[in-house]
Order: sequence, then structure tokens, then C-alpha cells
Amino acid sequence: MKALVFERNLPRYAASRVASIFGSGRGAGIGPLQLLDREPPDLPGEGWFHLRPLLSGICGSDLATLDGRSSRYFEDMVSFPFVPGHEVAGILDGGGIDHAGRALAPGTRAVIEPVLGCAPRHIHPICPQCAQGHTGLCGNIAFGDLAPGLQTGFCTDTGGGWSTAGLVAHSSQVHAIPDAFSDEDAVIVEPTACAVHAALSAGVEGGDVVAVIGAGTLGLATVAALHRVVRPSSDCTVVVGAKHAHQQALAEDLGADAVVAPEQLARAVRRRVGSLVLAGRLTNGADVVFDCVGTAESLTQALTMVRPRGRVVLVGMPGKMSVDLAPLWHRELTLVGAYAYGTEVPPAAGAPATAPTRRSFELALDVVSAAGLGSLVSATYPLERYEEAIAHAGAAGRRGAVKVAFDLRNRKGNTR
Amino acid sequence: MSPRPGFVLDVDRSTPPTLFWHGERFSLERLPEGSRVIYAPESIDPLADPSSAIRSALRHPVGDSDPLPALLRPGMKLTVAFDDISLPLPPMERPDIRQLVIEQVLDMAADAGVDDVALIVALALHRRMTEPELRHAIGDRIYDAFAPNGLLTQHDAEDPDALVHLGLTDQGEDVEINRRAAESDLLIYVNINLVAMDGGHKSVATGLASYKSLRHHHNPQTMQKSRSFMDQHRSELHSANWRMGRLIAAAGVKVFQIETNLNNDTFPPAFTFLQKREWEWGAKDRLGYLAASKALDRTPPRYARQIFRSVKAPHRMTSVQAGEVEAVHAITTEHVWEQQGVVVEGQTDILTMGLPYISPYNVNSILNPILVACLGLGYFFNLYRGRPLVREGGVLIMTHPTPWEFNPVHHPSYIDFFEQVLSVTTDPIEVADRFEEGFATDPWYIHLYRTGHAYHGVHPFYMWYWCAHALQHLGAVIIVGGEQAAVHRLGFRAASTLADALEMARDVVGTSPSLTHLHAPPILMADVQ
Repeated sequence: MKALVFERNLPRYAASRVASIFGSGRGAGIGPLQLLDREPPDLPGEGWFHLRPLLSGICGSDLATLDGRSSRYFEDMVSFPFVPGHEVAGILDGGGIDHAGRALAPGTRAVIEPVLGCAPRHIHPICPQCAQGHTGLCGNIAFGDLAPGLQTGFCTDTGGGWSTAGLVAHSSQVHAIPDAFSDEDAVIVEPTACAVHAALSAGVEGGDVVAVIGAGTLGLATVAALHRVVRPSSDCTVVVGAKHAHQQALAEDLGADAVVAPEQLARAVRRRVGSLVLAGRLTNGADVVFDCVGTAESLTQALTMVRPRGRVVLVGMPGKMSVDLAPLWHRELTLVGAYAYGTEVPPAAGAPATAPTRRSFELALDVVSAAGLGSLVSATYPLERYEEAIAHAGAAGRRGAVKVAFDLRNRKGNTR
Repeated sequence: MSPRPGFVLDVDRSTPPTLFWHGERFSLERLPEGSRVIYAPESIDPLADPSSAIRSALRHPVGDSDPLPALLRPGMKLTVAFDDISLPLPPMERPDIRQLVIEQVLDMAADAGVDDVALIVALALHRRMTEPELRHAIGDRIYDAFAPNGLLTQHDAEDPDALVHLGLTDQGEDVEINRRAAESDLLIYVNINLVAMDGGHKSVATGLASYKSLRHHHNPQTMQKSRSFMDQHRSELHSANWRMGRLIAAAGVKVFQIETNLNNDTFPPAFTFLQKREWEWGAKDRLGYLAASKALDRTPPRYARQIFRSVKAPHRMTSVQAGEVEAVHAITTEHVWEQQGVVVEGQTDILTMGLPYISPYNVNSILNPILVACLGLGYFFNLYRGRPLVREGGVLIMTHPTPWEFNPVHHPSYIDFFEQVLSVTTDPIEVADRFEEGFATDPWYIHLYRTGHAYHGVHPFYMWYWCAHALQHLGAVIIVGGEQAAVHRLGFRAASTLADALEMARDVVGTSPSLTHLHAPPILMADVQ
């Protein structure tokens, strides 16, 4: 059995970083990632089950790691060597138990909620964040019975999705997927859960103008989440900046009111809110801006188009960057991080304060189903062609793709 | 020797290639045998002494009007309004006609002891002129005498305090114009009448009006009923302006109209080949063409624009008439036809035209895609009387690079119109219904119009409405050599060569189409029989 293994190897790391200058994902063949023989990881203890991946996506954070461009902030939150792949649709060959304690029969297909919080680490008592269901905010991601790792796919003990050997999943991570779901639907659930979490973090209110910067997987899923989860109770106008034609068409299909080229986004927002322009910034911009790119340029763009006291939500993974925060200070903006997922209070008109909560993943399952987000999986590759796969993912927009994934079902993949 | 009239050439095997404008460049294209090329009349001899002609016109007005000196008295409030940067094209060599006329008017006012004199640039919803542009138009002496004292202003169609509502026409049209002009004892309007559309009641009723007033005739329905708006008697645009002008007069606004005609001397000596018919080109013309076209082919567009911005037309005044608006304008229109009219027998299946670098709305600026459309479908298409040059369902082929490029200072709302409106619909009526009000009332555009040098937020809509008649009439529009994305956004077809465009046109009009080329500028008006 094979797995792509990411090892701590500084020369390879440097080579990958240099290669990435020519394009994200271009250094996969010379970087710290290698295709090796691997056995399934041992079960770390009670409540753990083997999951055999069927499809495993390549995420922007994976690309940043492979390109050597992710923030050093994460250094102590990973353990080497690790098998990447946290967007996983797999099968529980031996059965298991899901996050709600329900028994799952052998052969059940499932997705994993990859955060490795207190429960999988067998930490008692659990931290206040996990106690409230905000597992993404768990402070114990380097402690307990597992090696450090903020998520499956960054932890040496659990394995990851880029593997035919499989990985281990804790019951708290397991969500069974409906029979009607294709594997493509399932593999898109994890990024959709991130988008749902971001959409619900933003405090969007009825009548708001919302701008979305970027229309890769996260941007498109955010549009879908806004349309399916937020809009039923808070009807908002969603304006999307999308670079490529296929992204523009998808954003429109998923519920955007207007889709424009990225350089046109500020003007499109300005027209909708009737703002003036001062020092290159809208005097009265969007109520909420989702930055689904995570670069200095995108954050700067977000700060130019959000209204005073508006909210900028960082959805795409940022790194170390230089951004002029004067407008944030001067205009009393709120900059919100939206990492991973947790427990949400789904908005509903007239909902009581004690409205029932749901996991981001549960809501994501609904969104994927309703919006048909499985269609965002544009290309799949076998592990053996990992260099091509990663290069394709790094150039997804330009090459007309959205989500690129590894196909671990003994298939040759689909690189349309 | 008197100038030769306009001419329609039948292309045969011996006909040399025909010059096509292509923005800031030119090309020579060989047209199919049997095609026709329409050439403008040669330039009429100018007035030998323009100053005395102006003086004479002011002293011997036409129509029901006293001579200007008799209308001037001490203590009166006098306002002189004049055409803006959009006329003439290209801007003329100094001295500009406006300067010549206004100097004479001011001399007479001074002789009569008139102290309260103000000058107003009749901008309508156009951009404000810059100081150098104003100095060029009216001369340094007038500028220095009026501007520092606040007596030279640019009409502000968005200043409620500077507007006055004079009433409604019998068609329910608001007539709201510049307050200073309306409340003056005498309003003198100084026109440069480059084309038949200019002047008449349109001068005051449009040039000094507000959006509230303009929207009654600057709309797609009016444009579709103006066939063409270069032919006053078949132009709904003019009918509305005439109704408004008569209401303005009935409201007590005394207008003394001055209109001037220009000859067809459009380009300076370095470009004389542009004024000539190709088979009459001499060695010097061929050399001039080669030198200019080769140099421009190697010049980046922004520098080529700068070269052409420096071009000043050697236009000369051929007539000047003053007095009562309608009487004056009737004479002016005759003179326009005398200089520009060409009799053309019958319509054509395909009309070709080379679009130059300039239109009324991009002087010292960029001919953006919306203005490309307007120049071709709005202006050149409408240079007819009787019937359009091209038959209904026919094809219009234009050559222009059509870059997706805008001047953000002059045309900010054009950018949004192109990005946000034309991406949704190109139907002028839908455009008007869904988007016009939002753009017209957008506070940012209003701010830029009032304080900067931006066309009003609604102006790109008017450019698109200008195309409405052609859009309704034509079977297809093809732009040769244009930037594909921009051409497609306009709703037109893109071709890389004229030959390709003709092939594409045959799909629309049949395999043996007739073809006519409009050889302009210099400007001509086709009298289609």
C-alpha cells in the first residue's frame, strides 16, 4: 500500500519553495513529499477506527505547505512525517461509531471532521472550547495521546487521506454520508463546512451587501453557504469577484447576485451601496467581505471595500504578510478569522435564544446536497501521478478546474 | 476654382485601395469591384475676413430680432453661453471661433455700458473643461478677464440653486435650465455647427439643461424615432428640443442665437492625404501616408494618442449668422448641407466605415468601447437624410482597435456601465428601464461631474441610446481589428480582417451583397435617394 509522506527535510523543503516561484504546486516532485510504501496506522486507542480513503482533496493549505509558504505559526502544530489529506471521503470497512455515538455498519461511507481536539486526544477534562463544541479552537492540539497535529493530515499518528493504506479516525470525527451522496459530494463536505462556519461567523443581516473575494473551492462554497444557510433568514446581496470564466459561471449558479472580475469588485460594490470613494477606498462599502484568498492583496482589497464598522472575514488561510491596517483602525473595522468548523446556531427567522445547535459538518451535508457541490470536483488522479495532481491543483483556476482530488478507489483518475 | 461637390465612386479594377481609419492608425483596403465609396465635398472657401463677418452678423440679425447693439443697455444682465469641448472636431487651431465671436460680443457690450456679463460653458452633462481647454476656446484675454472673478462658469446640471424650472411642454416635458441664463435680460448662445444636429433650440434646451429635462428626449424611444437626428425634420430629438425652446421663449427668456459654419479642412498639412481621394494622391501624399502609417504602427497606443491630441484642425469659418433661433438655424443647416451633403442613389447591404481616434466625448481622452459604438452606430450611421445608407437588416462593418480601456477621470461611470450593464443586456430600452436611474442619481458620479472632469453618471446611457436606431435597424455589426472581449461585450461580432468581416456579413445579407464605404472624416452627410 502506498502513501504520500511529507518528511522534515530542509534541502527538499527549500527546493520546493524555489520551484513554487514558477507556480504553486510546481515543486511537488523535488519537495519533501514522497510516495512510499506504508501500512495502515495503528489504532491509537478506544474509539478509533480504520477509514479507507476513496477520494481525498488537495486543499489550499496543503499547497501552501508543499510550497513552503505556510506560516511558521503552525510549526509546533504538526508532527513529522505525516501523510497529508484532511479532505477525505472514505469507507469504514470494519464499521465504527459516529460523532453522535451511533453505531455504523461495516462498509459505511463517511467523511471525517479532521480537527484533532480534546476528544481524539483522550484529554479529560476537555478544554472550554471543545466543551462548547468549538473544536476548531481547541488549545490541546499538540498534547494528549497523539503527536502534535492540528488536524488529521498533519499528524504523524493518524495518517492522512493521500494514502491507499488508510487512516485512523476517532468517533468524534466521523460523519456518515447519505447513500445518495456520490464520493465527489462527500469529499467536498469538509471545505463546505469551513464555508458554512465562515458564513455564520460573519453576522450577516437582512439587507446586507456581502462581497466575496475569490472563487476557488472556498469562495464558491461560501457563496453556496450564504445562499443556502444565511439567506433564508437574512436576505443579503452577494457580489463575487471571480477571475476565471468557469468560476464566474459557477458563482452565479450557486446564488451570487452579481459576479465580476476581481478588479471590478470594488466598483460593483460601490454601485450597489451608492458609496463615494476617498483615498482609493469606498466611504460606505460592503457590510461584510469574505476574503477567500488569504493574500496581502486580497486582504488589502477587502479593507478598501468594506463599510465603516463592517466586517472582514478571513476564510482563505493567510500567512505572514504586510498590509496597511490604518483603515482597519480608522474605520473601526472588525477582522474575523474563520478557521475550520465547530458547532453552529443556524439562523432562523424568529428563532429563540436557545435555538438548537448543529455541527458545521451537518449543515455542510445539507448545503452540498442542495447545491450539488460535488460538481466542483473537476479532476481526480491516482496517487502515482501526484506531481501532476498537485501542479493541476496549484493552477486550478487557470486550467478551468476547482477541486482536484486523489482517487484512491483503484481507478486511474479523471483528469478532464 | 470652386470646390468640387461630394462624390460617389464606383470601385473597379483600376481603383486604388481605400483608406480606412483604425483609431490612431490607418490601413489601405481593397474593396470588392462594384463597391461604392462616398467622399465628402471639398472644402468651401472660408470667409476672407471672419471678424467683419461676425460683426456684420451681429448688426444684421435674421428673423425677428433687433441688432445686437440695440439689445444691449446699461444695467442689464447679460449671459453668453457657448459650446464646450465637444466641438469642433478635432479642436481647431487658434483662434477658436468662440473666441472670435465672444470678443465681438463683449466689445459691443462694453460699448453699450453693460457691466453685468457672465460667461457659461454649456456643458449639459458633459465633463467640465480644464483651464487650458477654456483658454484655447475663448482666448487668454477673455479667460483672464472673467475666470478670476467667477464670471466664467461651467453649467452645473446638478446644482439645484443654479437651475430654474420654467414649466412643462404640451407633451409634459420638464424644462429646467440654468438659472443665470434664464434670468438674464439677454442670453447669447455661441455655436459651432459642425454637423446638422448642432444648434437651433437644442443649444439652450440641451446645453443648459438639467437631467430632469434632458431625460425627456435623451432616451431610446426618442432616438429610435429620430431618423435621423441629423435631419431636424425627421428627428424626434429635435421636435422635443423645439418644443422646449419655444417654451423657453414663451417663459420670457430672450435668446440671441449665433451660429457658425466650418469648412471641411479637418487635418493639418502633415495629414493632407486624409483630405484627398486616393486616386488623386500624389507622391507627397503617398509618402505622407507611408511615413504616418509606418510610424504609427510602431508607436504604442498611448503615445499615438498623444500625437493625435496635439493635432489641431485648420477649420475655417464659412459663414456666421445671428438673431432669432429658428431663422438662424435654418440658414446654418443649409450651409452644413452645402459643405457636407452628398447625393447617394439607393441603400446598400453592407456599409463599411473606418472609425478615427476622436468623437465629441473623448477630446484629450480615450475612445473607449462605448464611444466606439456611439461613433459608429450613433454618429456615422446617422449621417444621412431620407433613408439610412444601409438597408434594414444590413450589416455595418467598422474598423477600430476597440481596446477595453477607459479614462477613469473623464469616464468613471462608463467603466461601470460597460462592466455591469452591458454584461447583463445591450437592449437600450432594457438598459434604460433597469439601470438608468441608479446611475443618474449615483452620488459619486454626481460628485465627480460637479467637482472633477467627469461626464455625468448617465452619460454612457445616452451614448448607448444614440445607437438605438442603428441597433434596431441593422442585421449585424462587425468590428474589424477590435479587442474581442470588448467587441463581444458590446454585443457585436469581431473579425480580424476586412475580408473575414465581409465573409461574416454574407451570412447575414446573402452571397452577392452591395457594399458602400463611408469615407469620413472629413464629415459628409448622405442624401440617400
